[in-house]
Amino acid sequence: MLVGRVVGQVWATKKQETLEGIRFLLVRPLALSGDAAGQPVVAADVIGAGIGETVIVAFGRAARTTLGRGQDVGYQVAVVGIVDEIELEGGRKIEA
Amino acid sequence: MFVGKVVGQLWTSKHVNALEGMKLLLVLPLQRSAVGGKPVPREDLVVAADATVGAGIGEHVVVAYGRAARVCLGGNQDLPCEAAVAGIVDELKLEGVGPTDPPVPPSLFRGER
Repeated sequence: MLVGRVVGQVWATKKQETLEGIRFLLVRPLALSGDAAGQPVVAADVIGAGIGETVIVAFGRAARTTLGRGQDVGYQVAVVGIVDEIELEGGRKIEA
Repeated sequence: MFVGKVVGQLWTSKHVNALEGMKLLLVLPLQRSAVGGKPVPREDLVVAADATVGAGIGEHVVVAYGRAARVCLGGNQDLPCEAAVAGIVDELKLEGVGPTDPPVPPSLFRGER
């Protein structure tokens, strides 16, 4: 899993049928500084995260489980939680 | 699996139901250059669930992925987690670095200042 910031939303009209009705977000991984600095990933979202929010993203079977449609769905990255706060060493915090 | 240092803990209020009560740690992987590979320039923090080990910030841990990770979380393969803490490192010896007791020198961790 990784933690990242939602930097965009992706729409596709023509897509594989198991992806119908699923919302896709563009998520950039966070660095320790709290900045979104990594390579963006496209993640399915069933919990309603919005642009600017900090989220936890899961991969593979863990991601497909979130949709509740079994394992035969055409994606392998999904948002599993919206982060409120990240506590770092020495009590430092990254506010989400 | 990889070795890393727990650098943080995450708190969520909105999440998929199966994540309720799950402890989520932020782990900074040991730099690959320290174990003979090429250095990786980007910081790639990993979020790992911890249900059985009880690791804390500042500790060095072994993280497992995929099915193995879910076994470390109790065996439910329908959990929405694919990275989990499998153990806490007591000691780590690296070639060319000499015996190191925890904490491992900070320079061996990616992105740590």
